[in-house]
Amino acid sequence: MADIEARQKSPPKTSFWNDPKIRGLFYQFVVMGALAAFAIFIALNTAANLARQGKTTGFEFFFSTAGFDIFFTLIPYSRASFYWEAFLVGLLNTLLVSAIGIVIATFLGFFLGIARLSPNWIVARIATVYVEIIRNIPLLLQLFFWYFAVLKTLPGVRQSLEFAGGTILNQRGLYLARPLPDDNFTFVIWAFLIAIVAWLVVKAWAKRRLESTGKRFPVAWTFLVLVVFLPAITWLTTGANVAFEYPELSGFNFVGGIELPPEFVALLLGLSLYTAAFIGETVRAGILAVDHGQTEAAQSLGFRDGDRLRLVVIPQAMRVIVPPLTSQYLNLTKNSSLAAAIGYPELVSVFLGTTLNQTGRAIEVVFITMLVYLTLSLVTSVFMNWYNARVALVER
Amino acid sequence: MSTTNATKEISFVREEMLPEMPAPSSVVGPVAWIRSSLFSSPGNSILTIASALLLLWIMPPLYNFLIGNAVFIAEDGAACRVEGAGACWAFIWSRMDFFIYGFFPAEEQWRVNIAFALGLVLIVPLMWPELPFKVVNALAFFVGYPIIVFILLSGGMFGLTEVPTVNWGGLTVTLIIGLVGIVTSLPLGIVLALGRQSKMPVIKSVCVMFIELWRAVPLITVLFMASVMLPLFVPVGVSVDKLLRALVGVSLFSAAYMAEVVRGGLQALPRGQYEAAGALGLNYWKSMSFIILPQALKHVIPGIVNSFIALFKDTSLVSIVGIFDLLNTVQASNSDLNWASEQQAVTGYIFAAAVFWVFCFSMSRYSIYMEHRLHTGHKR
Amino acid sequence: MATDTITADDDLAVERTKLTVSETDVAVEIVDMHKWFGDFNVLRDINLKVMRGERIVIAGPSGSGKSTLIRCVNRLEEHQRGKVIVDGVELTSDLKRIDVVRREVGMVFQHFNLFPHLTILENCTLAPIWVRGLPKVEAEKVAMHYLERVKIPEQANKYPGQLSGGQQQRVAIARSLCMNPKIMLFDEPTSALDPEMIKEVLEVMVGLAEDGMTMLVVTHEMGFARQVANRVMFMDEGQIIEQNEPEEFFSNPKHERTKHFLSQILH
Ligand SMILES: Nc1ncnc2c1ncn2[C@@H]1O[C@H](COP(=O)(O)OP(=O)(O)O)[C@@H](O)[C@H]1O
Ligand SMILES: [Mg+2]
Repeated sequence: MADIEARQKSPPKTSFWNDPKIRGLFYQFVVMGALAAFAIFIALNTAANLARQGKTTGFEFFFSTAGFDIFFTLIPYSRASFYWEAFLVGLLNTLLVSAIGIVIATFLGFFLGIARLSPNWIVARIATVYVEIIRNIPLLLQLFFWYFAVLKTLPGVRQSLEFAGGTILNQRGLYLARPLPDDNFTFVIWAFLIAIVAWLVVKAWAKRRLESTGKRFPVAWTFLVLVVFLPAITWLTTGANVAFEYPELSGFNFVGGIELPPEFVALLLGLSLYTAAFIGETVRAGILAVDHGQTEAAQSLGFRDGDRLRLVVIPQAMRVIVPPLTSQYLNLTKNSSLAAAIGYPELVSVFLGTTLNQTGRAIEVVFITMLVYLTLSLVTSVFMNWYNARVALVER
Repeated sequence: MSTTNATKEISFVREEMLPEMPAPSSVVGPVAWIRSSLFSSPGNSILTIASALLLLWIMPPLYNFLIGNAVFIAEDGAACRVEGAGACWAFIWSRMDFFIYGFFPAEEQWRVNIAFALGLVLIVPLMWPELPFKVVNALAFFVGYPIIVFILLSGGMFGLTEVPTVNWGGLTVTLIIGLVGIVTSLPLGIVLALGRQSKMPVIKSVCVMFIELWRAVPLITVLFMASVMLPLFVPVGVSVDKLLRALVGVSLFSAAYMAEVVRGGLQALPRGQYEAAGALGLNYWKSMSFIILPQALKHVIPGIVNSFIALFKDTSLVSIVGIFDLLNTVQASNSDLNWASEQQAVTGYIFAAAVFWVFCFSMSRYSIYMEHRLHTGHKR
Repeated sequence: MATDTITADDDLAVERTKLTVSETDVAVEIVDMHKWFGDFNVLRDINLKVMRGERIVIAGPSGSGKSTLIRCVNRLEEHQRGKVIVDGVELTSDLKRIDVVRREVGMVFQHFNLFPHLTILENCTLAPIWVRGLPKVEAEKVAMHYLERVKIPEQANKYPGQLSGGQQQRVAIARSLCMNPKIMLFDEPTSALDPEMIKEVLEVMVGLAEDGMTMLVVTHEMGFARQVANRVMFMDEGQIIEQNEPEEFFSNPKHERTKHFLSQILH
């Protein structure tokens, strides 16, 4: 009975198998089942393999002594330190080289992008040739080139190249003078900070004045005057002094100053030059994305070139540039892992390399390393979503 | 305002059409070009002079190093150790076999050559948009060719002597990794992209996680993972070939990037295409393979080529996990004492860079060419 | 308003007084002007005198150089031979002169070219504040005045992307008017619009004409030409083929090309 009723009420019956919902569920079950089976298969194999090699798993190795040296650290570290400290050293070194690399690559990249669009033929050509050469050669090869072919073939300590300001370059690395400000110098720093604050105040005031009276105020010049003169006067009046500790030849090596190992210099050079080529393309595309009509509209309203760029072109170009720019920053950070090949002790080299070798904890080490990069890229994409949402909000 | 008066004067009809006048020399000709593109303003003139000085400073020494003072023919490194000698091309020449074939036995290298030649025969018509039989050609390249190459190189059947993969090396291995990466990442990427577009939550989230995980981490961690963890994942006693481990890593990694490129193409298709396919009564797989995918893929050919370029450059990373690709053979030869000289390493790297550059640059030109074609195709 | 911007520059002021004595009524004068794009002679021997308050409609087939001609008036394009004198100032590569002229000449484009990152109100106040040095409050007052005039004051705080094409074009007109120009250039202001939006834009332009604005309008809206133009000009192959009062121009075209063109666009 119920059967017949159901049949009468239900729409023309498709066969059970052809119902898309049921099919969908079935497919998903199959996929889940297959994945689960695969996971179990791998887990069992791994357990068996580990057992056969007599290895255990777990994260307690983090608190045992690392027992290896790292020649470039931002925090106190010795061979008696723990593995978690080694991990931290690696992570900080990754962040250090990435941060400096990002700054250099951004400047150079913007310069390249603008140069490629220059009406000056020769400037545009040079920028194009740079970009086309650098983009089409593997970064690792470029790192090898800078490290093995350039920095490692520099003269030895005795024949070091000396540059202005006590800068020394040789096989062992790059040595810079280290500034040693005296106590009075804090006044200069305060003066500098005050100048910045004062400038911000002037800027806000100038904006209000422009809006209320229509008169413009030379904000950029004020900045220069404030930021140069205020600290300079403080410097002179307080008699503050900055001594420099110059690298000195002592025995077989230079001591004193800031010492940058060749691994660091090569990595920084390679990463910045490589990423700059990509940032240049991003910037160029961003500027080209601003319709020429915008420029014409601004010109026909009488804007001068500086105002036109500042008020009309750059704000629009930046919207196009920022998202790919952030992913270039992320790429640079990820690419810094290639340092493992030239021995700069960043995360991959210290952790995925040495630590894994010594502890044999492949799964844990790989897992944590991936987690670090995953976090970095998550942070980046959160920023990008926020930015895109904000821009989308503003435009409609 | 006396507009009425004005209008009387303005009545005008042209009696004779004016011919086109030649442009004054301020607009065309070399002088105009030099003025407008080199000296259009004082600032520009300064830039031009500075750039010219920069080139004058760089170019002559570069020329002398690469060609002028370079050593092209020599028996050993002695000629390159001379004071003031340029690039040591003789060194590259003497190691050329190693750079191309790695440790592949000399008497078997003809097999590699055949593989190269066959690849060329298959890939040229594939990239030539006007030529017919694209599907057959693609199948031959993506399915048939890798199998033939595998049989040819590893041997052990059809009377070919076996050559273990540890003996493979040089440009051969670089190209093999590139090829395998391309051949596996494209179909895998398509599947992942379709999965990510799917309405089924389980399938969608699995694909999203897979894609985003690989895209988040650097390739080198993937390669490390493949080389230390893959051996743990397989049943006890099974050993995974070193080259195979790297291939698995590279393929999964580039599949994730390919998936995002393909997804871009799927999203760019107008909704109408999906609806039209549905209206024709085609089921999911049929509408995907006959209507949606062909269009979406055509749209993203430039994007696909660009990820091939990235993949090809990335193949160099396998040298870190100890595979003798082109970069690694160069790196190893750089310490060849026979040819020891100051320029040895530089010469080696320039050679390797030139090889990579030629491949990548021609791919990028091809991608631009295809993009151009696609755009003009749309306007018509 | 114009006088205080000019006095800033003595040379120009002198030149202008000389001209204004003899030819007060001339807004734009173009004499024997030629222009080339590379080898291509895009404008040939153009002679045109536009009186103050005059409305000129320019028609002609696509590619005939209409846009290029009016863009030479505010120096978006540079001419290579002859003279272009706008409001008494001859255009040369001197940037000051270009600045002066651009402040007095407004332009409306086919594709509106509103600034997408600014609100409608900001679109209208940006130039008055930064170019004219108007206080913000005043600039906003002026902007609202003109937005009312183009009948969209209620959209002031929206972004261009949220408006219809017709509304955007009306904003573009208001934006130009906020600079208080003496001369307005229109480059096919309605040809990117749907029919019902064309009407609202043309109404605004007719209103402007009734107020005595000097206008150079490139358009194929012949109804508009009949209603407001003092003169209709027909261009082809970079030259002026025929010009006349609208009535005469439409009822009795003389040149073969004009006849052919009119038969095509009037069906
Ligand atoms: N920036 C430019 N460079 C080269 N040629 C141009 C440029 N702008 C316009 N032209 C050419 O000049 C001719 C006239 O263009 P235009 O004034 O836009 O014509 P119209 O507005 O009458 O359609 C066309 O053949 C066009 O292709
Ligand atoms: Mg036009």
